Amino acid sequence: MKPIISISNLTKTYASGQQALSEINLEIQRGEIFALLGPNGAGKTTLIGIICGLVTQNEGSVSVDGHDIQKEFRAARAMIGLVPQELSTAAFETVLSTLNFSRGLFGKPPNAAYIEKVLRDLSLWDKRNAMIITLSGGMKRRVLIAKALCHEPQILFLDEPTAGVDVELRRDMWQMVRQLRDSGVTIILTTHYIEEAEEMADRIGIINKGRLIVVEEKTKMMDSLGSKQLTLTLREPLSHLPDTFEPDSLALSENGHTLTYTYGTQQQDNGISELLRQLSEQKIEIKDLHSSESSLEDIFVNLVKEKA
Amino acid sequence: MNYYAIRAIYIFEMSRAWRTLMESIAAPILSTSLYFVVFGAAIGARMGEIDGIGYGAFIIPGLVMLSLLSISVSNASFGIYFPKFSGTIYEILTAPASAIEIVLGYVGAAASKSVILGLLILLTARLFVDYEIAHPVWMLAFLLLTAITFSLLGFIIGLWANDFQQLQIIPLMVITPLTFLGGAFYSIEMLPEPWQTISLFNPVVYLISGFRWSFYGISDVNVVISFGMTIFFMLSCLAVIRWIFNSGYRLRS
Repeated sequence: MKPIISISNLTKTYASGQQALSEINLEIQRGEIFALLGPNGAGKTTLIGIICGLVTQNEGSVSVDGHDIQKEFRAARAMIGLVPQELSTAAFETVLSTLNFSRGLFGKPPNAAYIEKVLRDLSLWDKRNAMIITLSGGMKRRVLIAKALCHEPQILFLDEPTAGVDVELRRDMWQMVRQLRDSGVTIILTTHYIEEAEEMADRIGIINKGRLIVVEEKTKMMDSLGSKQLTLTLREPLSHLPDTFEPDSLALSENGHTLTYTYGTQQQDNGISELLRQLSEQKIEIKDLHSSESSLEDIFVNLVKEKA
Repeated sequence: MNYYAIRAIYIFEMSRAWRTLMESIAAPILSTSLYFVVFGAAIGARMGEIDGIGYGAFIIPGLVMLSLLSISVSNASFGIYFPKFSGTIYEILTAPASAIEIVLGYVGAAASKSVILGLLILLTARLFVDYEIAHPVWMLAFLLLTAITFSLLGFIIGLWANDFQQLQIIPLMVITPLTFLGGAFYSIEMLPEPWQTISLFNPVVYLISGFRWSFYGISDVNVVISFGMTIFFMLSCLAVIRWIFNSGYRLRS
Protein backbone atom coordinates (compact mmCIF):
# COMPACT_ATOMS: atom_id res chain seq x y z
CA MET A 1 0.00 0.00 0.00
CA LYS A 2 1.17 3.51 -0.76
CA PRO A 3 2.34 5.41 2.32
CA ILE A 4 0.02 8.22 3.43
CA ILE A 5 2.91 10.58 4.18
CA SER A 6 6.27 10.54 2.39
CA ILE A 7 9.07 12.71 3.64
CA SER A 8 12.26 12.93 1.67
CA ASN A 9 15.52 14.69 2.46
CA LEU A 10 13.83 17.15 4.74
CA THR A 11 16.22 19.74 6.15
CA LYS A 12 15.50 22.76 8.27
CA THR A 13 17.85 25.37 9.66
CA TYR A 14 16.22 28.25 11.53
CA ALA A 15 17.18 31.87 10.88
CA SER A 16 19.04 31.77 14.20
CA GLY A 17 21.39 29.20 12.65
CA GLN A 18 20.02 26.34 14.70
CA GLN A 19 19.85 23.20 12.62
CA ALA A 20 16.56 21.59 13.61
CA LEU A 21 16.32 18.79 11.06
CA SER A 22 18.82 17.25 8.72
CA GLU A 23 17.96 14.97 5.81
CA ILE A 24 14.91 13.29 7.28
CA ASN A 25 13.49 10.44 5.19
CA LEU A 26 10.37 8.80 6.52
CA GLU A 27 7.22 7.10 5.31
CA ILE A 28 4.09 6.87 7.41
CA GLN A 29 1.79 3.98 6.56
CA ARG A 30 -1.96 4.37 6.25
CA GLY A 31 -3.81 3.52 9.45
CA GLU A 32 -0.84 3.10 11.76
CA ILE A 33 0.03 4.76 15.03
CA PHE A 34 3.52 6.16 14.64
CA ALA A 35 5.35 7.50 17.65
CA LEU A 36 8.12 10.00 17.22
CA LEU A 37 10.32 9.72 20.23
CA GLY A 38 13.12 12.01 21.24
CA PRO A 39 14.49 14.28 23.94
CA ASN A 40 13.45 17.93 24.18
CA GLY A 41 14.78 19.96 21.28
CA ALA A 42 15.34 16.90 19.08
CA GLY A 43 13.26 18.30 16.21
CA LYS A 44 9.93 16.55 16.77
CA THR A 45 7.82 19.69 16.77
CA THR A 46 9.71 21.14 13.81
CA LEU A 47 9.02 18.01 11.77
CA ILE A 48 5.31 18.19 12.58
CA GLY A 49 5.34 21.93 11.95
CA ILE A 50 6.65 21.45 8.43
CA ILE A 51 4.10 18.78 7.53
CA CYS A 52 1.23 20.86 8.89
CA GLY A 53 2.31 24.20 7.40
CA LEU A 54 3.65 26.11 10.41
CA VAL A 55 7.29 25.93 9.42
CA THR A 56 8.85 26.16 5.95
CA GLN A 57 11.60 23.69 5.14
CA ASN A 58 14.91 24.67 3.55
CA GLU A 59 15.26 21.52 1.50
CA GLY A 60 13.42 18.33 0.77
CA SER A 61 9.76 17.62 0.22
CA VAL A 62 6.73 16.15 1.92
CA SER A 63 3.69 14.70 0.25
CA VAL A 64 0.44 13.82 1.97
CA ASP A 65 -1.54 11.16 0.13
CA GLY A 66 0.30 12.18 -3.03
CA HIS A 67 -0.24 15.92 -2.57
CA ASP A 68 2.85 18.08 -2.19
CA ILE A 69 2.41 20.14 1.00
CA GLN A 70 3.40 23.36 -0.76
CA LYS A 71 2.10 23.05 -4.33
CA GLU A 72 -1.15 21.38 -3.29
CA PHE A 73 -1.42 22.73 0.23
CA ARG A 74 -5.21 22.75 0.21
CA ALA A 75 -5.59 19.05 -0.55
CA ALA A 76 -2.75 18.13 1.81
CA ARG A 77 -3.87 20.24 4.76
CA ALA A 78 -7.55 19.32 4.45
CA MET A 79 -6.55 15.75 5.38
CA ILE A 80 -4.65 16.73 8.51
CA GLY A 81 -5.74 17.56 12.03
CA LEU A 82 -3.18 18.96 14.47
CA VAL A 83 -3.35 18.95 18.25
CA PRO A 84 -0.59 21.33 19.34
CA GLN A 85 1.58 20.95 22.39
CA GLU A 86 0.54 24.24 23.97
CA LEU A 87 -2.99 24.73 25.26
CA SER A 88 -3.70 27.47 22.75
CA THR A 89 -7.43 28.14 22.69
CA ALA A 90 -9.61 31.16 22.21
CA ALA A 91 -10.57 32.13 25.74
CA PHE A 92 -13.99 33.73 25.42
CA GLU A 93 -15.54 31.45 22.82
CA THR A 94 -17.87 28.62 23.74
CA VAL A 95 -16.78 25.07 23.01
CA LEU A 96 -19.43 24.66 20.33
CA SER A 97 -18.62 27.89 18.50
CA THR A 98 -14.89 27.16 18.46
CA LEU A 99 -15.60 23.76 16.89
CA ASN A 100 -17.84 25.28 14.25
CA PHE A 101 -15.06 27.77 13.56
CA SER A 102 -12.47 25.01 13.11
CA ARG A 103 -14.69 22.99 10.82
CA GLY A 104 -15.40 26.00 8.62
CA LEU A 105 -11.75 27.01 8.53
CA PHE A 106 -10.91 23.63 7.03
CA GLY A 107 -13.48 24.12 4.29
CA LYS A 108 -16.24 21.86 5.52
CA PRO A 109 -19.94 22.79 5.50
CA PRO A 110 -21.60 22.92 8.93
CA ASN A 111 -22.64 19.53 10.30
CA ALA A 112 -24.21 19.71 13.73
CA ALA A 113 -24.63 15.94 14.02
CA TYR A 114 -20.94 15.26 13.41
CA ILE A 115 -19.84 17.96 15.86
CA GLU A 116 -22.17 16.47 18.45
CA LYS A 117 -20.60 13.05 17.92
CA VAL A 118 -17.08 14.43 18.38
CA LEU A 119 -18.13 16.24 21.55
CA ARG A 120 -19.84 13.17 22.97
CA ASP A 121 -16.86 10.93 22.17
CA LEU A 122 -14.62 13.28 24.11
CA SER A 123 -17.09 13.71 26.99
CA LEU A 124 -17.43 17.40 26.17
CA TRP A 125 -21.11 17.49 25.25
CA ASP A 126 -22.17 18.79 28.67
CA LYS A 127 -19.64 21.59 28.32
CA ARG A 128 -20.66 22.64 24.82
CA ASN A 129 -21.99 26.03 25.91
CA ALA A 130 -19.23 26.72 28.43
CA MET A 131 -16.67 29.41 27.72
CA ILE A 132 -13.29 27.80 27.11
CA ILE A 133 -11.55 29.94 29.73
CA THR A 134 -13.71 28.31 32.44
CA LEU A 135 -12.51 24.78 31.60
CA SER A 136 -9.78 22.83 33.37
CA GLY A 137 -6.47 22.05 31.65
CA GLY A 138 -7.54 18.50 30.85
CA MET A 139 -10.81 19.72 29.36
CA LYS A 140 -8.97 22.29 27.25
CA ARG A 141 -6.77 19.49 25.93
CA ARG A 142 -9.93 17.63 24.90
CA VAL A 143 -11.25 20.76 23.22
CA LEU A 144 -8.04 20.95 21.18
CA ILE A 145 -8.46 17.33 20.14
CA ALA A 146 -12.09 17.98 19.23
CA LYS A 147 -11.03 21.00 17.16
CA ALA A 148 -8.52 18.86 15.30
CA LEU A 149 -11.12 16.16 14.63
CA CYS A 150 -14.12 18.24 13.65
CA HIS A 151 -13.16 18.51 9.98
CA GLU A 152 -12.96 14.72 9.68
CA PRO A 153 -9.21 14.45 9.06
CA GLN A 154 -7.60 11.22 7.88
CA ILE A 155 -4.34 11.99 9.64
CA LEU A 156 -4.09 13.21 13.20
CA PHE A 157 -0.95 14.74 14.69
CA LEU A 158 -0.71 14.74 18.46
CA ASP A 159 2.21 16.82 19.66
CA GLU A 160 2.99 15.70 23.22
CA PRO A 161 -0.67 14.84 23.85
CA THR A 162 -0.24 13.79 27.46
CA ALA A 163 2.29 16.35 28.68
CA GLY A 164 1.02 17.61 32.02
CA VAL A 165 -2.04 15.40 31.92
CA ASP A 166 -3.11 13.31 34.91
CA VAL A 167 -2.92 9.53 34.84
CA GLU A 168 -6.64 8.98 34.37
CA LEU A 169 -6.92 11.37 31.45
CA ARG A 170 -3.82 9.83 29.92
CA ARG A 171 -5.49 6.40 29.96
CA ASP A 172 -8.63 7.92 28.44
CA MET A 173 -6.59 9.59 25.76
CA TRP A 174 -4.81 6.36 24.84
CA GLN A 175 -8.18 4.65 24.65
CA MET A 176 -9.47 7.38 22.36
CA VAL A 177 -6.41 7.23 20.12
CA ARG A 178 -6.91 3.49 19.67
CA GLN A 179 -10.55 4.01 18.77
CA LEU A 180 -9.54 6.59 16.20
CA ARG A 181 -7.00 4.25 14.68
CA ASP A 182 -9.66 1.54 14.52
CA SER A 183 -11.87 3.95 12.58
CA GLY A 184 -9.09 4.29 9.99
CA VAL A 185 -7.33 7.49 11.08
CA THR A 186 -3.54 7.49 10.81
CA ILE A 187 -1.98 8.85 13.98
CA ILE A 188 1.40 10.40 14.49
CA LEU A 189 2.26 11.32 18.03
CA THR A 190 5.35 12.80 19.56
CA THR A 191 6.29 12.08 23.08
CA HIS A 192 9.19 11.94 25.40
CA TYR A 193 7.34 9.51 27.61
CA ILE A 194 8.68 6.17 26.49
CA GLU A 195 5.86 4.46 28.33
CA GLU A 196 3.47 6.16 25.97
CA ALA A 197 5.22 4.99 22.82
CA GLU A 198 5.56 1.49 24.25
CA GLU A 199 1.87 1.39 25.12
CA MET A 200 0.47 2.91 21.93
CA ALA A 201 2.65 2.76 18.88
CA ASP A 202 2.77 0.30 16.01
CA ARG A 203 6.04 1.79 14.84
CA ILE A 204 8.55 4.03 16.53
CA GLY A 205 10.94 6.57 15.11
CA ILE A 206 13.70 7.87 17.35
CA ILE A 207 14.90 11.35 16.61
CA ASN A 208 17.82 13.11 18.21
CA LYS A 209 19.56 16.35 17.30
CA GLY A 210 17.54 16.65 14.09
CA ARG A 211 18.40 13.19 12.79
CA LEU A 212 16.17 10.18 12.56
CA ILE A 213 18.30 7.53 14.24
CA VAL A 214 16.09 4.53 13.83
CA VAL A 215 12.62 3.64 12.54
CA GLU A 216 11.31 0.24 13.46
CA GLU A 217 8.21 -1.69 14.40
CA LYS A 218 7.88 -1.47 18.13
CA THR A 219 8.01 -5.21 18.79
CA LYS A 220 10.99 -5.69 16.46
CA MET A 221 12.79 -2.80 18.04
CA MET A 222 12.31 -4.24 21.47
CA ASP A 223 13.46 -7.65 20.25
CA SER A 224 16.50 -6.63 18.28
CA LEU A 225 17.72 -3.85 20.46
CA GLY A 226 16.46 -5.15 23.74
CA SER A 227 18.51 -7.09 26.21
CA LYS A 228 17.88 -9.00 29.39
CA GLN A 229 19.76 -8.85 32.61
CA LEU A 230 20.33 -11.63 35.08
CA THR A 231 21.14 -10.43 38.57
CA LEU A 232 22.82 -12.89 40.93
CA THR A 233 23.04 -12.15 44.63
CA LEU A 234 26.06 -13.90 46.14
CA ARG A 235 26.28 -15.55 49.54
CA GLU A 236 29.85 -14.34 50.08
CA PRO A 237 31.17 -11.09 48.57
CA LEU A 238 33.77 -11.35 45.81
CA SER A 239 36.78 -9.05 45.73
CA HIS A 240 37.20 -9.28 41.97
CA LEU A 241 35.71 -11.00 38.92
CA PRO A 242 37.14 -14.44 38.19
CA ASP A 243 39.49 -14.23 35.16
CA THR A 244 37.54 -16.80 33.19
CA PHE A 245 34.58 -14.48 32.59
CA GLU A 246 34.21 -11.92 29.86
CA PRO A 247 34.20 -8.53 31.57
CA ASP A 248 31.86 -7.06 28.88
CA SER A 249 28.78 -8.98 29.79
CA LEU A 250 29.40 -9.48 33.46
CA ALA A 251 29.69 -6.80 36.11
CA LEU A 252 30.42 -7.01 39.79
CA SER A 253 28.84 -4.52 42.15
CA GLU A 254 31.09 -2.38 44.32
CA ASN A 255 30.33 -4.20 47.52
CA GLY A 256 30.99 -7.52 45.75
CA HIS A 257 27.59 -8.92 46.61
CA THR A 258 25.90 -8.92 43.19
CA LEU A 259 26.88 -10.06 39.75
CA THR A 260 24.97 -8.67 36.76
CA TYR A 261 24.99 -10.60 33.51
CA THR A 262 23.66 -8.90 30.35
CA TYR A 263 22.62 -10.88 27.27
CA GLY A 264 20.62 -10.30 24.07
CA THR A 265 17.08 -11.60 23.84
CA GLN A 266 17.69 -12.81 20.26
CA GLN A 267 20.77 -14.96 20.93
CA GLN A 268 20.31 -18.72 20.48
CA ASP A 269 22.77 -19.53 23.22
CA ASN A 270 22.55 -16.83 25.81
CA GLY A 271 25.36 -18.29 27.91
CA ILE A 272 23.41 -18.57 31.11
CA SER A 273 24.06 -22.27 31.67
CA GLU A 274 27.75 -21.77 30.92
CA LEU A 275 27.87 -18.93 33.47
CA LEU A 276 26.14 -20.99 36.13
CA ARG A 277 28.44 -23.95 35.44
CA GLN A 278 31.52 -21.80 35.83
CA LEU A 279 30.21 -20.21 39.02
CA SER A 280 29.67 -23.60 40.61
CA GLU A 281 33.13 -24.73 39.45
CA GLN A 282 34.64 -21.72 41.21
CA LYS A 283 32.54 -22.58 44.29
CA ILE A 284 30.73 -19.25 44.16
CA GLU A 285 27.41 -19.75 45.91
CA ILE A 286 24.28 -17.94 44.85
CA LYS A 287 21.76 -16.70 47.38
CA ASP A 288 19.16 -15.29 44.96
CA LEU A 289 18.67 -14.55 41.26
CA HIS A 290 16.25 -12.64 39.05
CA SER A 291 16.10 -11.61 35.43
CA SER A 292 14.62 -8.45 33.85
CA GLU A 293 13.94 -7.29 30.30
CA SER A 294 15.14 -3.88 29.17
CA SER A 295 12.41 -1.36 28.52
CA LEU A 296 12.11 0.89 25.53
CA GLU A 297 13.52 3.54 27.79
CA ASP A 298 16.82 1.70 28.15
CA ILE A 299 16.94 1.08 24.40
CA PHE A 300 16.28 4.73 23.80
CA VAL A 301 18.90 5.96 26.23
CA ASN A 302 21.45 3.60 24.69
CA LEU A 303 20.66 4.71 21.15
CA VAL A 304 20.78 8.39 21.93
CA LYS A 305 24.07 7.89 23.78
CA GLU A 306 25.64 5.80 21.04
CA LYS A 307 24.78 8.09 18.15
CA ALA A 308 25.41 11.34 19.97
CA MET B 1 -11.78 29.28 -2.96
CA ASN B 2 -12.40 28.12 0.60
CA TYR B 3 -15.62 30.10 1.27
CA TYR B 4 -16.29 28.27 4.51
CA ALA B 5 -12.96 29.50 5.88
CA ILE B 6 -13.76 33.12 4.99
CA ARG B 7 -17.16 32.72 6.60
CA ALA B 8 -15.71 31.11 9.73
CA ILE B 9 -13.18 33.91 10.29
CA TYR B 10 -15.76 36.59 9.48
CA ILE B 11 -18.30 35.21 11.94
CA PHE B 12 -15.62 34.76 14.61
CA GLU B 13 -14.50 38.38 14.26
CA MET B 14 -18.03 39.80 14.17
CA SER B 15 -19.03 37.86 17.26
CA ARG B 16 -15.98 39.25 19.02
CA ALA B 17 -17.33 42.77 18.39
CA TRP B 18 -20.73 41.68 19.67
CA ARG B 19 -19.15 40.41 22.89
CA THR B 20 -17.32 43.70 23.39
CA LEU B 21 -20.21 45.90 22.34
CA MET B 22 -19.44 48.68 24.82
CA GLU B 23 -15.82 48.93 23.79
CA SER B 24 -16.25 48.54 20.05
CA ILE B 25 -19.43 50.52 19.40
CA ALA B 26 -20.55 52.54 22.40
CA ALA B 27 -17.15 54.04 23.26
CA PRO B 28 -16.39 55.51 19.80
CA ILE B 29 -19.92 56.95 19.58
CA LEU B 30 -19.51 58.55 22.99
CA SER B 31 -16.13 60.07 22.19
CA THR B 32 -17.39 61.43 18.86
CA SER B 33 -20.38 62.94 20.65
CA LEU B 34 -17.96 64.69 23.00
CA TYR B 35 -16.16 66.18 20.00
CA PHE B 36 -19.48 67.51 18.72
CA VAL B 37 -20.34 69.03 22.07
CA VAL B 38 -16.93 70.67 22.52
CA PHE B 39 -15.96 71.64 18.96
CA GLY B 40 -19.38 71.84 17.37
CA ALA B 41 -21.53 73.46 20.02
CA ALA B 42 -19.16 75.24 22.42
CA ILE B 43 -16.27 76.38 20.24
CA GLY B 44 -18.05 76.13 16.88
CA ALA B 45 -20.56 78.80 17.89
CA ARG B 46 -17.70 81.32 17.98
CA MET B 47 -16.10 80.13 14.71
CA GLY B 48 -16.87 81.62 11.33
CA GLU B 49 -18.21 79.60 8.44
CA ILE B 50 -15.72 77.75 6.26
CA ASP B 51 -16.53 77.87 2.55
CA GLY B 52 -20.07 78.80 3.49
CA ILE B 53 -20.54 75.82 5.80
CA GLY B 54 -21.19 76.23 9.52
CA TYR B 55 -18.29 74.92 11.63
CA GLY B 56 -20.40 72.28 13.36
CA ALA B 57 -21.42 70.80 10.02
CA PHE B 58 -17.94 71.29 8.54
CA ILE B 59 -16.26 68.99 11.05
CA ILE B 60 -18.74 66.10 10.69
CA PRO B 61 -16.99 64.32 7.77
CA GLY B 62 -13.62 64.78 9.49
CA LEU B 63 -14.89 63.39 12.79
CA VAL B 64 -16.42 60.37 11.09
CA MET B 65 -13.10 59.75 9.34
CA LEU B 66 -11.22 60.19 12.61
CA SER B 67 -13.22 57.38 14.22
CA LEU B 68 -13.25 55.29 11.06
CA LEU B 69 -9.46 55.32 10.75
CA SER B 70 -8.68 54.56 14.37
CA ILE B 71 -11.35 51.90 14.76
CA SER B 72 -10.39 50.18 11.47
CA VAL B 73 -6.74 50.03 12.46
CA SER B 74 -7.34 48.91 16.04
CA ASN B 75 -9.95 46.33 15.11
CA ALA B 76 -8.00 44.72 12.30
CA SER B 77 -4.64 44.84 14.09
CA PHE B 78 -6.04 43.29 17.26
CA GLY B 79 -7.99 40.70 15.27
CA ILE B 80 -4.83 39.14 13.81
CA TYR B 81 -2.41 40.04 16.60
CA PHE B 82 -4.36 38.31 19.35
CA PRO B 83 -4.25 34.82 17.76
CA LYS B 84 -0.51 35.35 17.35
CA PHE B 85 -0.24 36.32 21.01
CA SER B 86 -2.42 33.48 22.35
CA GLY B 87 -1.02 30.86 19.97
CA THR B 88 -4.33 30.05 18.29
CA ILE B 89 -2.88 31.28 14.97
CA TYR B 90 -1.58 27.73 14.50
CA GLU B 91 -5.04 26.78 13.34
CA ILE B 92 -5.19 29.55 10.73
CA LEU B 93 -1.73 28.66 9.42
CA THR B 94 -2.44 24.94 9.16
CA ALA B 95 -5.84 25.41 7.52
CA PRO B 96 -6.34 24.83 3.79
CA ALA B 97 -6.90 28.57 3.36
CA SER B 98 -4.84 30.95 1.23
CA ALA B 99 -3.69 34.44 2.21
CA ILE B 100 -6.55 35.92 0.18
CA GLU B 101 -9.15 33.99 2.14
CA ILE B 102 -7.58 34.84 5.49
CA VAL B 103 -7.40 38.54 4.58
CA LEU B 104 -10.98 38.55 3.28
CA GLY B 105 -12.17 37.09 6.59
CA TYR B 106 -10.24 39.35 8.94
CA VAL B 107 -10.20 42.58 6.93
CA GLY B 108 -13.75 42.05 5.70
CA ALA B 109 -14.98 41.79 9.28
CA ALA B 110 -12.94 44.77 10.49
CA ALA B 111 -14.13 46.93 7.58
CA SER B 112 -17.75 45.88 8.11
CA LYS B 113 -17.57 46.90 11.74
CA SER B 114 -16.00 50.24 10.79
CA VAL B 115 -18.67 51.01 8.19
CA ILE B 116 -21.46 50.19 10.65
CA LEU B 117 -19.79 52.38 13.22
CA GLY B 118 -19.27 55.22 10.72
CA LEU B 119 -22.96 55.19 9.85
CA LEU B 120 -23.93 55.12 13.53
CA ILE B 121 -21.72 58.14 14.17
CA LEU B 122 -23.36 59.97 11.28
CA LEU B 123 -26.76 59.24 12.80
CA THR B 124 -25.53 60.45 16.20
CA ALA B 125 -24.19 63.64 14.62
CA ARG B 126 -27.71 64.37 13.40
CA LEU B 127 -28.71 64.88 17.03
CA PHE B 128 -26.24 67.77 17.32
CA VAL B 129 -26.01 69.38 13.91
CA ASP B 130 -28.12 69.58 10.77
CA TYR B 131 -26.23 68.46 7.70
CA GLU B 132 -26.97 67.18 4.22
CA ILE B 133 -25.23 64.69 1.98
CA ALA B 134 -24.84 65.98 -1.56
CA HIS B 135 -23.44 62.78 -3.10
CA PRO B 136 -24.64 59.81 -0.98
CA VAL B 137 -23.22 57.17 -3.32
CA TRP B 138 -19.76 58.75 -3.23
CA MET B 139 -20.09 59.19 0.50
CA LEU B 140 -20.63 55.43 0.88
CA ALA B 141 -17.82 54.70 -1.58
CA PHE B 142 -15.34 56.82 0.41
CA LEU B 143 -16.57 55.31 3.66
CA LEU B 144 -16.15 51.78 2.35
CA LEU B 145 -12.78 52.37 0.68
CA THR B 146 -11.35 54.07 3.74
CA ALA B 147 -12.63 51.33 6.04
CA ILE B 148 -11.06 48.64 3.83
CA THR B 149 -7.77 50.50 3.37
CA PHE B 150 -7.22 51.20 7.04
CA SER B 151 -8.34 47.73 8.03
CA LEU B 152 -5.65 46.42 5.66
CA LEU B 153 -3.15 48.77 7.31
CA GLY B 154 -4.28 47.52 10.73
CA PHE B 155 -3.89 43.93 9.56
CA ILE B 156 -0.29 44.68 8.54
CA ILE B 157 0.42 46.27 11.93
CA GLY B 158 -1.07 43.23 13.68
CA LEU B 159 1.07 40.86 11.63
CA TRP B 160 4.16 42.95 12.26
CA ALA B 161 3.73 43.60 15.98
CA ASN B 162 5.60 41.35 18.37
CA ASP B 163 4.13 42.76 21.56
CA PHE B 164 1.30 44.98 22.75
CA GLN B 165 3.47 48.08 22.74
CA GLN B 166 4.31 47.67 19.06
CA LEU B 167 0.62 47.11 18.43
CA GLN B 168 -0.18 50.52 19.95
CA ILE B 169 2.78 52.56 18.77
CA ILE B 170 1.79 53.10 15.12
CA PRO B 171 -1.83 54.07 15.81
CA LEU B 172 -0.70 56.45 18.57
CA MET B 173 2.45 57.92 17.06
CA VAL B 174 1.60 57.93 13.35
CA ILE B 175 -2.07 57.57 12.60
CA THR B 176 -3.50 59.89 15.29
CA PRO B 177 -1.18 62.82 14.36
CA LEU B 178 -1.82 62.29 10.65
CA THR B 179 -5.56 62.35 11.28
CA PHE B 180 -5.47 65.48 13.43
CA LEU B 181 -3.26 67.20 10.86
CA GLY B 182 -5.35 65.84 8.00
CA GLY B 183 -7.92 68.60 8.04
CA ALA B 184 -10.58 67.06 10.26
CA PHE B 185 -11.05 70.34 12.16
CA TYR B 186 -9.96 72.87 9.53
CA SER B 187 -9.53 73.43 5.84
CA ILE B 188 -5.88 73.04 4.90
CA GLU B 189 -6.23 76.32 2.99
CA MET B 190 -6.30 77.94 6.44
CA LEU B 191 -2.71 76.78 7.03
CA PRO B 192 0.28 79.04 6.25
CA GLU B 193 2.93 77.81 3.82
CA PRO B 194 4.97 75.58 3.97
CA TRP B 195 2.44 73.61 6.04
CA GLN B 196 -0.09 73.59 3.24
CA THR B 197 2.34 71.90 0.89
CA ILE B 198 3.59 69.52 3.58
CA SER B 199 -0.02 68.52 4.26
CA LEU B 200 -0.30 67.21 0.72
CA PHE B 201 2.05 64.36 1.73
CA ASN B 202 -0.43 63.28 4.37
CA PRO B 203 -2.66 60.57 2.89
CA VAL B 204 -5.42 61.35 5.40
CA VAL B 205 -5.86 64.81 3.81
CA TYR B 206 -7.14 63.12 0.65
CA LEU B 207 -9.55 60.87 2.53
CA ILE B 208 -11.08 63.69 4.56
CA SER B 209 -11.17 66.08 1.64
CA GLY B 210 -12.89 63.59 -0.63
CA PHE B 211 -15.29 62.54 2.09
CA ARG B 212 -16.20 66.18 2.85
CA TRP B 213 -16.75 66.80 -0.84
CA SER B 214 -19.36 64.02 -0.89
CA PHE B 215 -21.25 65.94 1.81
CA TYR B 216 -20.97 69.58 0.80
CA GLY B 217 -19.40 69.63 -2.65
CA ILE B 218 -16.34 71.50 -1.29
CA SER B 219 -12.84 70.05 -1.07
CA ASP B 220 -9.23 70.95 -0.33
CA VAL B 221 -7.94 68.85 -3.20
CA ASN B 222 -9.60 67.68 -6.40
CA VAL B 223 -11.96 64.80 -5.64
CA VAL B 224 -10.54 62.66 -8.46
CA ILE B 225 -7.09 62.96 -6.91
CA SER B 226 -8.60 62.11 -3.51
CA PHE B 227 -10.20 59.00 -4.88
CA GLY B 228 -7.06 58.01 -6.80
CA MET B 229 -4.87 58.42 -3.71
CA THR B 230 -7.22 56.32 -1.61
CA ILE B 231 -7.13 53.52 -4.19
CA PHE B 232 -3.35 53.83 -4.43
CA PHE B 233 -3.00 53.55 -0.67
CA MET B 234 -5.23 50.49 -0.60
CA LEU B 235 -3.21 48.76 -3.33
CA SER B 236 0.03 49.51 -1.44
CA CYS B 237 -1.38 47.80 1.66
CA LEU B 238 -2.43 44.79 -0.42
CA ALA B 239 1.07 44.54 -1.91
CA VAL B 240 2.64 44.54 1.57
CA ILE B 241 0.26 41.82 2.79
CA ARG B 242 0.97 39.75 -0.29
CA TRP B 243 4.68 40.00 0.44
CA ILE B 244 4.17 39.05 4.11
CA PHE B 245 2.28 35.89 3.22
CA ASN B 246 4.63 34.92 0.41
CA SER B 247 7.75 35.36 2.50
CA GLY B 248 6.21 34.08 5.74
CA TYR B 249 7.56 37.20 7.49
CA ARG B 250 6.70 36.94 11.22
CA LEU B 251 4.19 34.20 10.41
CA ARG B 252 6.11 31.05 9.52
CA SER B 253 9.59 30.29 10.76
